[in-house]
Amino acid sequence: MFKKISFAIVVIVFAASNAAAQKLHIDVQGIAQPTPVAIVPFGWEGSSPAKQLDVASVIKADLRRSGRFAPTDENDMLQKPTDGADVDFDDWTVLGVEAVVVGKIIQTGDDAYTLQFQLFDTFRRRQLIGFRMPATRGTMRSSAHRAADMIYEKLTGIKGVFGTKVAYVTAEQQSDGRLYSLIVSDQDGENDHKIMESKDPIMSPAWSPDSRQLAYVSFEGSKSSIFIQTLRSGNRFQVSNKPGINGAPSFSPDGRKLVITLGGVDGNPDIHILDITSRQTKRLTTHRAIDTEGTWSPDGRYIYFTSDRAGGPQVYRISANGGTPERITFEGSYNARPRLSPDGTRLAMVHNDRGNYRIAVMNLERKDLLVLSTGRQDESPSFAPNSDSLIYATRQGGDGVLETVSADGLIRQKMASGQGDVREPVWSPFPRFQ
Amino acid sequence: MSYYKLFAVAILGALLAGCGATPVPDPDPVDTTYGGDDSANTSRAAGEEFGGGEFFDDVEETLGTVIYFEFDSSEVRAQDQDLVAAHAISLNENSYARVRLEGHADERGSREYNIGLGERRAQAVRQILMIQGVSASQIQTVSFGEERPESMGSSESDYAQNRRVEIKYTN
Repeated sequence: MFKKISFAIVVIVFAASNAAAQKLHIDVQGIAQPTPVAIVPFGWEGSSPAKQLDVASVIKADLRRSGRFAPTDENDMLQKPTDGADVDFDDWTVLGVEAVVVGKIIQTGDDAYTLQFQLFDTFRRRQLIGFRMPATRGTMRSSAHRAADMIYEKLTGIKGVFGTKVAYVTAEQQSDGRLYSLIVSDQDGENDHKIMESKDPIMSPAWSPDSRQLAYVSFEGSKSSIFIQTLRSGNRFQVSNKPGINGAPSFSPDGRKLVITLGGVDGNPDIHILDITSRQTKRLTTHRAIDTEGTWSPDGRYIYFTSDRAGGPQVYRISANGGTPERITFEGSYNARPRLSPDGTRLAMVHNDRGNYRIAVMNLERKDLLVLSTGRQDESPSFAPNSDSLIYATRQGGDGVLETVSADGLIRQKMASGQGDVREPVWSPFPRFQ
Repeated sequence: MSYYKLFAVAILGALLAGCGATPVPDPDPVDTTYGGDDSANTSRAAGEEFGGGEFFDDVEETLGTVIYFEFDSSEVRAQDQDLVAAHAISLNENSYARVRLEGHADERGSREYNIGLGERRAQAVRQILMIQGVSASQIQTVSFGEERPESMGSSESDYAQNRRVEIKYTN
């Protein structure tokens, strides 16, 4: 079947290499009182004067982008130590700086370095972190993000997400039609790789729990099917190509299953569980309404999904073993595309707010709904792995752009794309360091 | 469209030759063996060589192929019923013809839910075709949701153009 239609398909799968795609430029909308901190330019101890990544700038940009910190301008610094022993706390407290980071990169081999940094509380005059990590030229940027994560967590008590990634879909209008691309980038928009492109729509990317794979829907051959692609190798395999709708994949917490939507020849979309290894599917819902956009609760017990069985779309949940669905949302006429926070306490969704489609978060215990976005056509909310913020797509001048917002709604950042219509962002789980 | 015609030419040729082999559509769009031509204007002339003139009426050229829907509705409107019925007749007359019903939604709301809405519209057209005798095996449905808008804007009239089912003959 797939072979037969393949002659008409234009699909290119990329290994995660350095295919230069659209850069995301980030524009922060600040918070009332960000904490003043200083990231001193890092020192360099090495044989070659090779140009190094500016680690301090990466850390500074991460902390600024969080909206919770106001990094001091380098020109205002009274000293620029690279060792903790040289830090004069008075030089920082006089500027009102509450925390200072110093560090250096030490070359230990041809392409081997040690990234070392220390974080100080300037008013209490004590060290909060001292850490060394190995790095290569290729891993220096992610090491810098990792340092920023450690600093952020120490100062806020919240686990940092600067080392995580984002996947999203772009659509570019070309002379011979639209070109759809699936992109993976660092969460700051840098280091972007195109992992797949097609003349036919690409939809609904979903991360595996180990962040090594993405599941997605592709319409190559004018028919929907679901693929899982390994990022490192670029290899992919088709896991669902049934008649009718094959859509809305989402991995189980153990990574062995996908919840998917299957429509069948009669076009009745229902929630199914697909065992990735055996390809066996189990049908969970049988209602003749649209049941779709399934997602697992972090404990693996429930599937939350969208259904219009009561008229308009609302969020329901059903035991992952099957049973009777239970309605979860009641506020408003339209609540769709549920996503749970990784800590399991909140549910994000697309909510019709007086005619505008916006991102809302419901506290599952208190049941109250907080509208977080301000657009007319916002969609695809996805929680950061620390449950503290979300990414979603909004419209700007006809094109889709990405925004992040803190889960309390106070800090919002826009990530405008260079070209094309950007949509369906999904935030990766935490990286696992080997 | 051209596949459909060439396919029909091939079928007719095979039938006239008394050949019982299962016909397979030729993926090569230029079929000189049967004197076919994928220009709509000359298809009748090409067909007359085999004595099957009216068989080659180009359904897509003479009938509309797009059905539009009201907001949040999958009901085929009264004025479009005749159009769907005409496609049913054409499909009933040629049991080898195949259609793909491509359902679409406007951009409002979430993308996968809109896939469901587009499918519901395609199924509404499929049901009418089947009630009028078209075999299920002749019909395939696909929903592109909001992914392939006909009109790129975000006004009500753009949305109205995007809520649609396109009837596409696939051989």
